[in-house]
Amino acid sequence: MKAISKVEGRVAVLDRPDVDTDQIIPKQFLKRIERTGYGEYAFFDWRYDENGAERSGFELNQPQFEGARILLAGRNFGCGSSREHAAWALQDYGFDVVIASSFGDIFRTNAGKIGMVIVQLPDEQVKALMESVDLDLGSDLTVDLQARTVTSHDGKAFPFTFDESTRYRLLNGLDDIGITLKHEDLITAYEATSAESL
Amino acid sequence: MAGKSLFDKVWDRHVVRDEPGEPTLLYIDLHLVHEVTSPQAFDGLRLAGRGVRRPELTVATMDHNVPTLPGPITDPLAKAQLDALRANCAEFGIELHGTGSGTEGIVHVIGPELGLTQPGKTIVCGDSHTSTHGAFGALAFGIGTSEVEHVLATQTLNQQQPKTMLLEFVGTLPPGLTAKDMILGAIGQVGVDGGVGYVVEYAGEAVCALSMEQRMTICNMTIEWGARAGMVAPDDTTFAYLEGRAHAPQDEAWERAVADWRSLSSDPTAVYDTHVVVDVADLVPQVTWGTNPGMVVPVTGNVPDPATFTDPDDRSAGVRALEYMGLRAGQAIVDLRIDRVFIGSCTNSRIEDLRAAAAIVAGRSVDPAVTALVVPGSAQVRLQAEAEGLDRIFLDAGFEWRLAGCSMCLGMNPDVLAPGERCASTSNRNFEGRQGRGGRTHLASPEMAAAAALHGHFVDVRTIAAEPVQA
Repeated sequence: MKAISKVEGRVAVLDRPDVDTDQIIPKQFLKRIERTGYGEYAFFDWRYDENGAERSGFELNQPQFEGARILLAGRNFGCGSSREHAAWALQDYGFDVVIASSFGDIFRTNAGKIGMVIVQLPDEQVKALMESVDLDLGSDLTVDLQARTVTSHDGKAFPFTFDESTRYRLLNGLDDIGITLKHEDLITAYEATSAESL
Repeated sequence: MAGKSLFDKVWDRHVVRDEPGEPTLLYIDLHLVHEVTSPQAFDGLRLAGRGVRRPELTVATMDHNVPTLPGPITDPLAKAQLDALRANCAEFGIELHGTGSGTEGIVHVIGPELGLTQPGKTIVCGDSHTSTHGAFGALAFGIGTSEVEHVLATQTLNQQQPKTMLLEFVGTLPPGLTAKDMILGAIGQVGVDGGVGYVVEYAGEAVCALSMEQRMTICNMTIEWGARAGMVAPDDTTFAYLEGRAHAPQDEAWERAVADWRSLSSDPTAVYDTHVVVDVADLVPQVTWGTNPGMVVPVTGNVPDPATFTDPDDRSAGVRALEYMGLRAGQAIVDLRIDRVFIGSCTNSRIEDLRAAAAIVAGRSVDPAVTALVVPGSAQVRLQAEAEGLDRIFLDAGFEWRLAGCSMCLGMNPDVLAPGERCASTSNRNFEGRQGRGGRTHLASPEMAAAAALHGHFVDVRTIAAEPVQA
């Protein structure tokens, strides 16, 4: 996993509540056995019509959001299916950060495991950030995981809280399994105790 | 001093490491695996030169993209994924209930069926509906592929301790109503994100009165309102279901296990972060109208007008949902014409579900405009249903009778809706495109879906006399 601390870049706005992981990566792409290459399928059924043409009305197809690294989304983003393919697709599409007022629990965990920064802010702050985005020309945002702040292009800073252990892993690009295996003796001890109690 | 809840007791038993400011390292007793969310995890193990720590605590099946018609699999991608699972299980020494084994089926159907699912266990699977197993008083939740790899390598997971909620179903469930109506009604009440961050204990007289299969239906849909796990305290109903199953403890070990399991119930003084009460005494059969399970109304009701919603996000989502579903505000639910019916999925594909649907169907015919599908949850459920003659009831009425699998719940196999088709489905998600791109899903109970198949539109199942079938 690549270390990540500060992301400065274009922001895309997807102001819809309850965006489920079926929308982020539709099921027809879950048959692949690879871990990479899902970006072109992200939001596939929303991005393209039945004939494969881009739908101009879909937010991410709009030119001012092109190349976005930060996604500002509605509440309960990533609800539904546990498919980690959703996080893989968003990351491969170019997003390093998703900001919303709440998230599906499994999606949030999955994204944290692969090096994405999931920022939760109060609903009114998410709305304020959405309103600060220039919908004609586009806007940039800065997300600083070290300082735990989101800063809008007009200089307004929004502090956020972040789970410390996930933050440490993200900042240092650490492998979760490697960290756990440092405690292998405790796992072995647990197994010995629980085998006795049976 | 506050007592412990069922969740507290199961959690506490599985703590491997607990340091302030760090997530708890939790031991996992049972890891269920299927073909879709596991190949990248096994690849990760190989890349890192790691093995599976406890292959005997890992059990695999094939369910998500298996065809439900007999014959060889024709989709090369699906075949490659199933082949990968077979090869990975062979390489790492994992028990596989593969297609044709006779014990295959939807992962959340076969776990309980084989007696693998037991009270007090921690159970995970790369599938959000793992919450199903909580019906036995297990702590069971869905995980992503990175966590699948973590469990394979370490038999543990790093978990933040969740908040707890007690959801009490009070009152007596009226005749004709089901566990599906209870959980859909509850989601309508609390909203699709009402459970985010919580583990929920379902309790109350209406839950105690339910069979194990009905409790599974309720726990299955826990994730549909955002909670990762739902639990029901184990009782005599639980023990009667488990006794004698292939992986259940036998003889003296069984007696010891039951005594232990009885101690798992929440103490009367247990404290929860939140307490919700849902009254089922006046519950009416539920049908979803929109594109998430919280968009639900009684069958006697109408498609709502989003303009009347107080929350602006709900309003805009409601307008989008009506457009996608091809509906107008104010339409009566019973006036909605149905093209397809799907009876199946990890929510409602067990033997009791099929009996209940067959009781509605017996001696009647599917509306000529409807294509209706019954997909048993497992090979064992299918055999049992055939032994009881349920297949004949469905076939004689004009239903298709298929092989076990997830099928049209998510349409990864060839069972999909065509664009614009409207489906009465016993599954768990009415998301856009879930059952096929452009398809329109209405969630309901098996009885309601069966009745819709006969009439070509939704009907209030309470007005239809059920023919008792063998139980």
